[in-house]
Amino acid sequence: MISQFFILSSKGDPLIYKDFRGDSGGRDVAELFYRKLTGLPGDESPVVMHHDDRHFIHIRHSGLYLVATTSENISPFSLLELLSRLATLLGDYCGSLGEATISRNVALVYELLDEVLDYGYVQTTSTEVLRNFIQTEAVVSKPFSLFDLSSVGLFGAETQQSKVAPSSAASRPVLSSRSDQSQKNEVFLDVVERLSVLIASNGSLLKVDVQGEIRLKSFLPSGSEMRIGLTEEFCVGKSELRGYGPGIRVDEVSFHSSVYLDEFESHRILRLQPPQGELTVMRYQLSDDLPSPLPFRLFPSVQWDRGSGRLQVYLKLRCDLPPKSQALNVRLHLPLPRGVVSLSQELSSPEQKAELAEGALRWDLPRVQGGSQLSGLFQVRFLRLAFRPCGSASPHKWVRHLSHSDAYVIRI
Amino acid sequence: MPYLGSEDVVKELKKALCNPHIQADRLRYRSVIQRVIRHMTQGVDMSGVFMEMVKASATVDIVQKKLVYLYMCTYAPLKPDLALLAINTLCKDCSDPNPMVRGLALRSMCSLRMPGVQEYIQQPILNGLRDKASYVRRVAVLGCAKMHNLHGDSEVDGALVNELYSLLRDQDPIVVVNCLRSLEEILKQEGGVVINKPIAHHLLNRMSKLDQWGQAEVLNFLLRYQPRSEEELFDILNLLDSFLKSSSPGVVMGATKLFLILARKFPHVQTDVLMQVKGPLLAACSSESRELCFAALCHVRQILRSLPGHFSGHYKKFFCSYSEPHYIKLQKVEVLCELVNDENVQQVLEELRGYCTDVSADFAQAAVFAIGGIARTYTDQCVQILTELLGLRQEHITTAVVQTFRDLVWLCPQCTEAVCQALPGCEENIQDSEGKQALIWLLGVHGKRIPNAPYVLEDFIENVKSETFPAVKMELLTAVQRLFLSRPAECQDMLGRLLHYCIEEEKDMAVRDRGLFYYRLLLAGINEVKQILCSPKSDPSLRLLEDQAERPVNSWALDFNTLVPVYGKARWATISKCQGVEHHGPELPNTTAFPTSGPLIPEENKERVQELPDSGALMLIPNHQLTAECFEKTWLSLKVAHQQAFPWQGAVHPDNLQMALQVVNIQTIAMSRAGTKPWKAYLSAQDDTGRLFLTELLLEPANVQMQISVKQSEAGTETLKSFISVLETVIGTLGDIKS
Repeated sequence: MISQFFILSSKGDPLIYKDFRGDSGGRDVAELFYRKLTGLPGDESPVVMHHDDRHFIHIRHSGLYLVATTSENISPFSLLELLSRLATLLGDYCGSLGEATISRNVALVYELLDEVLDYGYVQTTSTEVLRNFIQTEAVVSKPFSLFDLSSVGLFGAETQQSKVAPSSAASRPVLSSRSDQSQKNEVFLDVVERLSVLIASNGSLLKVDVQGEIRLKSFLPSGSEMRIGLTEEFCVGKSELRGYGPGIRVDEVSFHSSVYLDEFESHRILRLQPPQGELTVMRYQLSDDLPSPLPFRLFPSVQWDRGSGRLQVYLKLRCDLPPKSQALNVRLHLPLPRGVVSLSQELSSPEQKAELAEGALRWDLPRVQGGSQLSGLFQVRFLRLAFRPCGSASPHKWVRHLSHSDAYVIRI
Repeated sequence: MPYLGSEDVVKELKKALCNPHIQADRLRYRSVIQRVIRHMTQGVDMSGVFMEMVKASATVDIVQKKLVYLYMCTYAPLKPDLALLAINTLCKDCSDPNPMVRGLALRSMCSLRMPGVQEYIQQPILNGLRDKASYVRRVAVLGCAKMHNLHGDSEVDGALVNELYSLLRDQDPIVVVNCLRSLEEILKQEGGVVINKPIAHHLLNRMSKLDQWGQAEVLNFLLRYQPRSEEELFDILNLLDSFLKSSSPGVVMGATKLFLILARKFPHVQTDVLMQVKGPLLAACSSESRELCFAALCHVRQILRSLPGHFSGHYKKFFCSYSEPHYIKLQKVEVLCELVNDENVQQVLEELRGYCTDVSADFAQAAVFAIGGIARTYTDQCVQILTELLGLRQEHITTAVVQTFRDLVWLCPQCTEAVCQALPGCEENIQDSEGKQALIWLLGVHGKRIPNAPYVLEDFIENVKSETFPAVKMELLTAVQRLFLSRPAECQDMLGRLLHYCIEEEKDMAVRDRGLFYYRLLLAGINEVKQILCSPKSDPSLRLLEDQAERPVNSWALDFNTLVPVYGKARWATISKCQGVEHHGPELPNTTAFPTSGPLIPEENKERVQELPDSGALMLIPNHQLTAECFEKTWLSLKVAHQQAFPWQGAVHPDNLQMALQVVNIQTIAMSRAGTKPWKAYLSAQDDTGRLFLTELLLEPANVQMQISVKQSEAGTETLKSFISVLETVIGTLGDIKS
C-alpha cells in the first residue's frame, strides 16, 4: 500500500506528485524527502528512509527519483519492483524517461498513475491492459522520422547502414500509432549483456559475471505469436551438454511468465505472444569459467619517479574480440591520488581522448577493432609530493578492469 | 511553499478558463487545464480556480474529465462546499453507459476526501459492486474501504462486509485481490480479513490467474492461515512450489516467507527453501537496480545469521566493484565478514585488503574494521595483514588499524605479542581522537612489552598543551599511571609533569578532576594504585557475547521480506519505538523498583528451588568451575538439545539473576551488562555424574520472552528436563517479581 508517489528531478523539483490516501499531513512530503536524501550521512543507505511513521522508498532511474511513501511494513522487493515497473511503463508511454519527457507529458503520467494505482494499491501494470484506458497521447519532442539516421543508436551503437534501425525507432511511445496511420509491425530485440570482470594486480582472473537479458520491444498488434529460436547448443547448468562443440552455457535462466516453454527442451525455441511495449523475455546468468576469452586485456605498468614527482603510467589495452566486431565507446577510468595536478599524454591514435576528471584519468576510445592493441603513455604530476608521499597506497597496488554493459543490438 | 507571483498566474488562468472562445475550442481548453495541473504539481495553490474547474467537469472530453477530477481530488478538502457542486456531475457519470466513465467517476467521487461526502457515495458504491463491468467492480470494492475510512472510527457495516466476502469469488482476479485489501482495512480493528480454510484454498487455486502484484499480496494474506493438519500443510507447500521460481523477486520472497512461516516446525523444509531461494537472491544481489541489490544484500545477511555456511561458496558474488555506491559496498563487506569460513578465508581477506587502500577513506576504514571482525576467528592471518597496512603510513588506515588492535587484544589475548611488535612508529600517523585514545590505551596496558612506550607517551605529554581532545588527555593520564606501575624509573618524571599540568593548567574540569584523583591515589600508596589500575588486560569471555551465535530461522521468519532487514534490526527497534510513543502517548518507564535488599527469592519459592534438585534425580554440584575458553570450545562443539522461551518483562538485572542462579548451583560464564540489547548470558552447570549443561539466555529488544538454548555434553532426556525446570523456576521467579 502506497500513500504517496512522486517523481523528482535530479535537483529535487517535483515533476509529478500524487497523494493516494490523503494522509500526507501537508504537501511538503516531496521536499522533506529531498532534504533527507541530501542530508544523509555517508554510511546510511538512501534506499529506505523514514520520517515519523512514514517510510520513503525510492529508485533512481534516468536521473529521476521515483519515490513511494508508505506507513506500512511492506515488502521492499515488491515495492522496488513496482517502482521499476512504473519507470518502464512511463518509458513505454512517453517514449523515453527523462525530466523533459515527464514534464511534457504531465497529463499522461497522471492518467497512467490513476489507472495503475487506486488508493495506493496496484491494479494493473500491463501495458496491454492499460492501453484501453489511456486517452491522452504522448507528446514527443521530435516527430519520428525514418530518415533521421544521424544520431547514436540503441545502447550507444552507431548506425551507419540502412539495414540498421534508426536510433529513435525504439524510443517512441507505444500509443503514437493512433494518429500515425502508417503503423509498422516492428519488433526490437535486444540482447543486453552486462559483463563484470575483476582482475587481480597479477593478471589473474578473480571474478567473471555475465548477466544477460533478452529484451523485446514490440509494436506488433497484440495476440500475434512469436517464436524466438536460440542456438541449439544452448545449455543450462554445468552438467548439461548439448551438441559437439563447446556449446553456449549459462548457469541460470529465468523466463517471463508469458513465454511458453514447450519447445524449449527439444528445439530451444521460445514461443510467446508479446504484449505491446517492453518485455524482458529471458534473463540468464553465468559466472566464473567463461567459454570465450575476455574481450579486453589491460597491461599496465606504473613507474614512479620520486625525485621529479612524476608518475608514469603505461597502459596497453588489447582487445580480444573477433576481428570482425568492434567495441565502441570504451572508457577507461583510472583513479589517481588526490594531489595530481596535471597530465601529459602520448596516445597511439588521434581519435582517442584522455583527460583528468574528478580525481581520475579518463581515457576514451571511441572505437576498438577486434584483435588490435592500443597504448597510452601518461605522465602525471603531483603537487604535494615534497610534503608527503601520498601516492604510495594508490594505483600501483591493484589495477581493476571492469567493463560494464557490453551490448549487442540485433535487428530482426 | 511560498511562490511569488502565484496570484497573477491564478488570475490569468481563471480568465482563460472563463473565456468562451477557449471553452469552445476543445484542445485549447484542455491545455489551459493542463497548465493548472502543472502548477498544482509544483506546489502553487491553485484552489482559486475551483469554481471554474467544476464547470469544466461537465464535458464529453474524457481526457479533460480526468484532469479535472484529479484537480478536484486534490483541492476538495480545502473547498468542501464548492466540491459538493461537482457531485451532481459525478453522480450522473456513475450511470454513464461507458464503463470507463462509470469507473472513473466512482473512483474520483470516493477519493474526494471531505466530510459529508459519504451520503452521496454510498448508493453509487453499492450499485458499483453489482456492476457487470469488472472495471467498475474493482473501483467499487476499494471505494468501500475509502468510505469506511472517511467515516473515521465508525462501526463496521455488516452487510457490506458480507457482500465483500462473497465477492471474493468474483471472476475478475483484481476484484478478488481488491476485496482482500478492502476487507483488511474495514476490519482493521478486529484483526483484519479472516482467512479460513475455504477462503485459503480458493485463493490458492486462483493464484495462477493473478498478476505478480496480486500474487505477492495474496501470499502475504495467506501468512495468517494455519493449516489444520500436516497433510494439508504439505499440500499447500506443494501448490506454492512453483512461485519460488517466479521471475518476480517480490513473488519469490513472498513465497519464501510463507514457506518459512508454514514450515516453522520443520527446520529441514526451511533450509530446503532457503537453498532454493539462493539463486534468485544472488541474482538480485548483482541486479542492475542498485536499490534491489541493496534489499537483497540485507536479506542475505539475515539468512547468514542462521545458516552461516549458506553463501560461503558464492563469496565472489559479494566482491565490490569500483563503481558501486558506498552503501552497497558496506553491505557487501558485512556479508563477506559473515560468510567467511576455512575454505574462503584466504581469498576474502585478500579482497578486503584491497579495499583498505580504496580512495574513499570511509570505505577503507570499514574494510579495516571488517578484517578486525574476522580476526576474532582467524587471528594470525588478520593481524599480519593489519600489520602490513601500518606500513602504508596513511593516516586514516593507521588509526583504524590501531583501534582494531585495541579491541582485538582485549578479546583475543594470544595476539598481544604480535600487536606489541607492530605498534612502534604508529604515533606519527595518528591525528584523530579515536586513534590516539586507542594507541595510548595500548601503550599503557601493554607498555611492558613495547620498548619505546615511555618515549611515545612522553611525546604526547610534551604536546599536551596543544591537544584538543579532552578524552585523549584522560586516556593519557590513565596510561601513564599504568605504565608507571610496570616501568617506574622511566615514567616517574613525566608522570609528575603531566599531573602538574593537569592540576595547575588544565581548563577542562573532567581532566583536572581525573588528575587530582590520580595524585591523591598516589599519595595513598603504590599498593592502592595497583589495586585500582591493574585490572585484567583481556576478557575473552566477551567474545562469547559478541559472537553472533546461530539464530533459529524462526526468530526472523516474520521479518523476512519486510522493511526490518533493510533498516537493520536495531534501527527498526528505534523506529517502531518512536512510532509507538507517537501513537500511544509516552510510556511510563518501568519504575517498579526491584527489591535490592531482602530475600531475592520469596520464601515459598526458595524451598521449591532447593527441593527440586533432589526430586528430579538431578544433582548439580555446587562449586563447579568452567573457564570461558573451555566453555566456548564445548559450546561450539555441541548441538542445541533444547530450546524454549519463557515469559519475561522489562529489563534484566544481571546481578540478581547471577545470585539466583548461584543458589541453584548454576555458574554464570558471561553476561551482558544491564540494558544491553539484545541481552545475553551464558551459563554452565555440572551434575554429579559429570554431565555438563551449557545454556544461552537471550532477550531480544522487542521480545517479551527470554529465549533459552541448552546444550548437553551427554544425552539424557530426564536430566535435561529437570535441568530446564530448575532454570524455569529461577527465570520464572525473577520474571514474576518484575511484573
